[in-house]
Amino acid sequence: MNIHNAAQIISFLAALVLLCAFGMLVQRRMYGLIHLFAWQGLFLSISTAVVGFVAGKHHLYISSVLTLSLKVVLLPYILHVLIQRLKIQKEVETVVNVPMTMLIGIVLVIFSYHLTAPVREISTLVTRSVLAIALATVMIGLLMMITRRHAVTQIIGFLAMENGLFFAATSATYGMPLVVELGVALDVLIAAFIFGIFFFHIHTTFDSLDVEQMARLKEGD
Amino acid sequence: MNPGPVDLASLSVIILLCAPLLVSLLSRSQRLLIYSGFALTAAASLLAVFAGAWTVWSGETQKLIMLIGLPDLPFHLRLDPLAGFFLVVIGLLSFFVSVYSIGYVKGFLGKRSVTSLAIFYCLFLAGMYMVVLSDDALIFLISWEVMAAASYFLVMFEDERIENRRAAFLYMVVAHVGAIAILLSFGVLAGLATGFGSFSGYTFDAMRSAHFPVEWATVAFLLSFFGFAAKAGVIPLHVWLPEAHPVAPSNVSALMSGVMLKTAIYGIIRVTFDLIRVFPWWWGAIVLVFGLVSAVMGVLYALMQHDLKRLLAYHSVENIGIILIGIGLAMIFTAFKLPLLAALALTAGIYHTLNHAMFKGLLFMGAGAVLHATHERNMEEMGGLIHLMPWTAALFLIGCISISALPPFNGFVSEWLTFQAFLLSPSLPSPLLKLLIPMGAALLALTGALAAACFVKAFGVTFLGHWRGHHRPNVREADWPMRMGMIMAAAACLLLGILPTLAIGWMDAVPQQLIGASIGTSAGAFGWMWLTPVAYQRASYSGPIVFFGILGIVIAAYLLLHVRPGAIHRVPIWDCGFEKIDQRMQYNATSFAMPIRRIFGFLFNVKERVRTSQQTVHKAFPKKLYYSLHVRDRFWGWLYKPVIRASFWGSRKVGRLQQGRIQAYLIYSFVTIIVLLVFLR
Repeated sequence: MNIHNAAQIISFLAALVLLCAFGMLVQRRMYGLIHLFAWQGLFLSISTAVVGFVAGKHHLYISSVLTLSLKVVLLPYILHVLIQRLKIQKEVETVVNVPMTMLIGIVLVIFSYHLTAPVREISTLVTRSVLAIALATVMIGLLMMITRRHAVTQIIGFLAMENGLFFAATSATYGMPLVVELGVALDVLIAAFIFGIFFFHIHTTFDSLDVEQMARLKEGD
Repeated sequence: MNPGPVDLASLSVIILLCAPLLVSLLSRSQRLLIYSGFALTAAASLLAVFAGAWTVWSGETQKLIMLIGLPDLPFHLRLDPLAGFFLVVIGLLSFFVSVYSIGYVKGFLGKRSVTSLAIFYCLFLAGMYMVVLSDDALIFLISWEVMAAASYFLVMFEDERIENRRAAFLYMVVAHVGAIAILLSFGVLAGLATGFGSFSGYTFDAMRSAHFPVEWATVAFLLSFFGFAAKAGVIPLHVWLPEAHPVAPSNVSALMSGVMLKTAIYGIIRVTFDLIRVFPWWWGAIVLVFGLVSAVMGVLYALMQHDLKRLLAYHSVENIGIILIGIGLAMIFTAFKLPLLAALALTAGIYHTLNHAMFKGLLFMGAGAVLHATHERNMEEMGGLIHLMPWTAALFLIGCISISALPPFNGFVSEWLTFQAFLLSPSLPSPLLKLLIPMGAALLALTGALAAACFVKAFGVTFLGHWRGHHRPNVREADWPMRMGMIMAAAACLLLGILPTLAIGWMDAVPQQLIGASIGTSAGAFGWMWLTPVAYQRASYSGPIVFFGILGIVIAAYLLLHVRPGAIHRVPIWDCGFEKIDQRMQYNATSFAMPIRRIFGFLFNVKERVRTSQQTVHKAFPKKLYYSLHVRDRFWGWLYKPVIRASFWGSRKVGRLQQGRIQAYLIYSFVTIIVLLVFLR
């Protein structure tokens, strides 16, 4: 596999990651959302492995395996269990309507390309072209947290943001040092656990996972 | 190695910092805690007095660098005559008050735990000693905050009452606004001393050796003056004082009023005379004007009070004003290169600092004894206590005479010296000062007269006449530790009053250090009997002669009027033909102050109302009359209300940002990121 082919493959995978991100933005069903998240993780994992192979950075294989086990298997499984336990399979409500969200997402992608244009000119890495997509994924994850009202979808948005960051790290610099990546992976895992525990509490307290309900916690004037 | 004064002073601080451990161990047996805790603080205070007196006596400066604190920023301690003098002021009153506390704090036994009082008392003293010992901005501010925080908790001691919590909060706010100003001032000085890129300018030594451009020095001075004025209670930053001092336990109010305010005076002297050194004359004029305003307004507000401790708190404002007058004059004379006069004015200022610590401490201890015995702070309810508490009454009277600046006690000497500084000042090359200095002398005279009137009221209404309240409590005289504390403070008042020449000779090292001139030789030119500041042709005063003269007259009057048989008849009071005269009809605090309220009424926010009761047969013969009087500080409405309202308005506006919805907060971060990416990439 020469450099040129690798760049093609990575670009293709990046496109799929972005597609997943957009898919998550419009997906209304909870299970569909989790599946899309798992797919995104899978593409991320493959692209990390390809980058590791091309650049000869063997620690990226470990990152890749970590991503696969964590973001493709473990976290979706936890969320699955959570949804079953809390019986919240129903469609997720959005704050802004779907076409509008899509349009904002597209604007964000264009904005990211515009933003990373100077970096693409300087960089000599194989993966330089995907930096914009990584940034767009981060922003779309944040957008998803803003536009959804359900606490579980907000967590998925947060995890999608983390995916984008990870993608940016591999594409911009061939990955962070292994220690940092292990730390980040652990953080994500623990965050997921804490969120899971909190969901149970929120659910028992408010009888719902709609974060709008938490506005009741605000101190009155 | 021989231990020097600075080692002794540090030892005293270390004892005070370790004492809370002992105190918390003893919290099970409160009685033992009181004895051992306050004995320990008394011992530590004596150590500090000894160290300070030794330093001032020898006129030497000692330094100590402690390798603790932040890396590369060790703590610097330094004991020079100025620090030594304030160490004596603080230590002496702390010693008296610690002895007094043994008796006073016992009054809380069985009501509430005094552990926290003892702990914060120790930390408070440690903070004050550290402030005067510190020789870099870092430890100065740390000590300053230790002092402020400890005194906050002391004001909060009886925290179940809402006025304590309010007063403590107000005190905390003012103290912190002041502390920020001091921090900024030190920042400016340190930055100019060694450049803003380096940290080594934080030592006072670096600031001393630097030359500051006058505009930046002015910024630093104004900031530090604001900060220290907030602590000292200079008008218009005085509002916390009459709230916090009455509600704190009396031994704490004695310390807060007597010596904590003095640390601010120390700060002003340290920053202007020692760190900046060269300054234009109008800085002195600013200090002088604020001093005059505080002195006159402080005593006028004091006259309107009928809460004994509140009255004393306003008198602290007045006396801080008098001290600032001395310091302001010293600054003006220094700027005009008149070192001898500057030394005279500075000596007057710091002598009044020492004197005020003694008599204000004594008065607060006396007020505490009255409060302890009667559980009453309102003077309108008191009266006739001289029969029940003769010791307290006599000692309180000594405090009253001292603070009213009457010979032979100490208040007279220092105010007289301040007058001398005014009167001896030559015509200075500034039209403003030509106006200000004679006017200042006149205002100072007015202050003295009003203070005397105020203390006639305070003493007369509290101790003379008959009990004015409805319910007469079971009043007992203060116990021996309390009496001892007050007796020692009264003795200090008397000694400082009749032997001023010795005291001035001792404290001569301070103006020598700061101005390079001293009045010790000229003041004591005629021996210890005569105080002749500058020149004997101009003015002289002999404490001992005045004292023995007054003593002789008093003895002669007593012999003539009392000892002679039949000299005193006891007869019924003439009741003006009105037969039902009772104790509520005595002259009281409000009626005594009424003429002055009429004259100076425009300075206060006075709400006076007279209402007749509804059930009357005829308007001319009301059954009952209701009289209500509220005198408020105008500064509260002028200065503080707008600030409070503006901050509430602002926080309500900002509060709208808090939607309580996660999405809203996420949008804030999202928009921020986008904006930053667009504009700062």
